[in-house]
Amino acid sequence: MQQIFLKRGLDLPIDGKAELQVSSVRRPDIYRIVPDHFAGITPKLMVKVGDEVKAGSPVFHDKTFEEMLFTSPVSGRVVDIVRGDRRKVMSINIESDGKQEYEVLDTTAKDAAGVRALLMRSGLWCLIKQRPYDCIALPNKTPRAIFVSTFDTAPLAPDYEFVLRGQHVQLQAAVTALSKIAPVYVGIRYGAQATDFRALKDCTLYEVAGPHPAGNAGVQINHVLPMAKGDTMWTVNVQDMVLIGRLVMTGKADMQKLVALTGPLAYGKEYYKVLPGMPLSAIFAQNIHKELPCRLVAGNVLSGHQVSEDEAVSLYDNQYTVLDEGTMTHEFMGWLLPRFSEFHADKTDPASLMDNECARSWFGKRLYRWDARIKGGRRAIIVSGEYDKVFPMDIYPEYLLKAMIAGNLDKMEQLGANEVAPEDFALCEYVCTSKLPVQSIVRQALDTMRKEIE
Amino acid sequence: MEKFYQMWKEFGKNFEEGGKWQKLSSFYDAFDTFLFTPQTTSGRVGAQVHGGNDSKRTMILVVMALVPALLFGMFNVGYQHLLATGQLVAGGMTCALWWKAFGFGFLAVLPFILVSYIVGLGIEFTVAQIKHEEVAEGFLVTGFIIPLIVPINTPLWMVAIATAFAVIFAKEIFGGTGYNIFNVALIARAFLFFAYPSAMTGDHAFIREGGTWGWDSQAQLVDGFSGATPMGQLATTTDANLMPMDFWTAFNGLIPGSVGETCGWAILLGAILLICTGVASWKTMLSILATAGVTAWLFNAFGPETAVANYPWYMHLVSGGLLFGAVFMATDPVTSARTECGKWIYGALIGFMVIVIRVLNPGYPEGMMLAILLGNTFAPLIDWCVVRRNIKKRLARKEAVA
Repeated sequence: MQQIFLKRGLDLPIDGKAELQVSSVRRPDIYRIVPDHFAGITPKLMVKVGDEVKAGSPVFHDKTFEEMLFTSPVSGRVVDIVRGDRRKVMSINIESDGKQEYEVLDTTAKDAAGVRALLMRSGLWCLIKQRPYDCIALPNKTPRAIFVSTFDTAPLAPDYEFVLRGQHVQLQAAVTALSKIAPVYVGIRYGAQATDFRALKDCTLYEVAGPHPAGNAGVQINHVLPMAKGDTMWTVNVQDMVLIGRLVMTGKADMQKLVALTGPLAYGKEYYKVLPGMPLSAIFAQNIHKELPCRLVAGNVLSGHQVSEDEAVSLYDNQYTVLDEGTMTHEFMGWLLPRFSEFHADKTDPASLMDNECARSWFGKRLYRWDARIKGGRRAIIVSGEYDKVFPMDIYPEYLLKAMIAGNLDKMEQLGANEVAPEDFALCEYVCTSKLPVQSIVRQALDTMRKEIE
Repeated sequence: MEKFYQMWKEFGKNFEEGGKWQKLSSFYDAFDTFLFTPQTTSGRVGAQVHGGNDSKRTMILVVMALVPALLFGMFNVGYQHLLATGQLVAGGMTCALWWKAFGFGFLAVLPFILVSYIVGLGIEFTVAQIKHEEVAEGFLVTGFIIPLIVPINTPLWMVAIATAFAVIFAKEIFGGTGYNIFNVALIARAFLFFAYPSAMTGDHAFIREGGTWGWDSQAQLVDGFSGATPMGQLATTTDANLMPMDFWTAFNGLIPGSVGETCGWAILLGAILLICTGVASWKTMLSILATAGVTAWLFNAFGPETAVANYPWYMHLVSGGLLFGAVFMATDPVTSARTECGKWIYGALIGFMVIVIRVLNPGYPEGMMLAILLGNTFAPLIDWCVVRRNIKKRLARKEAVA
């Protein structure tokens, strides 16, 4: 088994990990399917108000790839189609009938074309992401390989060994099905105790050791099978593999997943069983700190995005984090005074002397403050080499970023833009002295690339 | 503190669009972010938490690292004055004389700092106001370095002109801090060096023989006094075996020279701070010192029969501005090579050039300024080559697969 040892990277010691127990959430009456959750597609509606749908019935399809369907997570009736400016579809609201009847699809075709057709029809195709461009896999491309990382090293990330407990049959089914399309590579955390992942067949296993972002599929691809020009790679989240596994075993698009509620300002930090389309308030309702202004984040604090309680659960969500917004903090001379209550990734703050094993063994585990403040003004890139320390890929992140800012497509491609996703740059954005919105720059550049090249 | 915060923000309303002092908003903004960490929170997408280091903290660390060299430089200015005027004889140091030396030096150096900051920050604030941007902190360091690298007898108006020239033509026209290709403080010094060469070299540039603020201006020079720097002596002598000083004298720094450059240990204190905090690259520093040492050793062994070529390699390292330049100026991240591999090459180029200029160029006794400016010129090329290697590697993958 190939073993990869990464040195560069950073683990953020945030408190508020989810406890390993599962709660269910009260089932709401209305489920909202939000096309905006599926980045990069243009929805064309296939239902109208009043239509009856089953779980797995198509609701809309993509304009470019008409066979790529997006389906309902519940059975019931379409009660409303909310539109925004220029009649853009904001959400399709479905009233649940409480019965959760599934549309059962034909799973007899086990070859590559059959698996592709099943995924496209079921609405689960969108769970497959591709490099380049970090978008929903383009159906007209055949990937060189499919990568699944069985662990997430991001701050407070869900424990997938726990999440997948008892579902390894489904995971195996998904791996077997996808291996018909391209070789599947599965990344395991080095030294992980659980043997279930190691028992997977029809795939190539490799082990990865090191701090975040060792669990990112992009980082793993860069070390296991570096992409050449013209290559396409697919990546699938490991919990999403279970959804695909259920589909190929039963023909039902069952989108039920576990999401972890985490973060320093969250109560009820545990795993919740949710269906996409549920209102987020169902999860956050009683679980948010009331005195401080809180920031709700879908995903982890590094690569997630801010959400509000009235939005809906997305099919992609695996984790929510509740964080202090920080607007109540007025820090006097923050650029000069040591911040003893904060974690320091670099040594520019004298308080960082406390961030080592020796000090921790003496003073015990320290609880750090975390808030969403940027703690500085945006500047031109000044300090050199700080991105490299947290970017364990064979890429010069600063040069790639500059090419992206300049919009130089040739240069971007030469420097490895095909291999990266915004999440790979998340730590760069965290450590950036110049406070650049690194991930947004990468996102925009990848979108431009896709538009210009495809 | 909360009350002060509210008052300050209330006061700030005068500077907003339509307020009575909106033309000074960049001033308020600079002081506002200086007093209180900005309240800006992360965007809707992207990292939701950020590290505590910002441009201000980085720059202030460099300033702190420069403080030992500045304090020692002040003392040395007074010390050299007392020596030159015969108030101090070898071994005759008393407490009163010590304070007189420091006080004299303090008063002599202070106007340089004031002039450099007032001129430079004035330009920075004005440009920030015109461009509607925040004031960048880069000049905090530049403005602190300029007084340290000029001879103490430079007229203040020259310092003002040089600072203005450097900030405008070496920085602002390129787009401000982070976009400049040459080290701004060095451009100020190069401007002085080429525009007013008589004030920058010679026996009378490096020692304040007259008074400061009228203090001690009556003191008479001792007979036969020469204020030549050791490097100056080496460049002009005909004696091929001249040793103007020993190693510890050079390292201790009680010798004539630019204000901040003479004292080895004060500079090394700063270097320790910069390296421990990770603000400056130890690779650049080490590469410069190692290459300069090797180059000087080669000249010792195989060079021409001149005093400066025979000057021992370890003496080269502690003489002139080599240490100061290696620690504080070559490591400026904006103008140095930015790739880790490039830093080694960049440092080697500077280390090699400084000795070559010293030994082979009869016109310039000291080569650090020109060596670093040359290094700045080549830094983008060095990086280009390093990055090019990565690009080639990526292209080779294609051939392996296809």
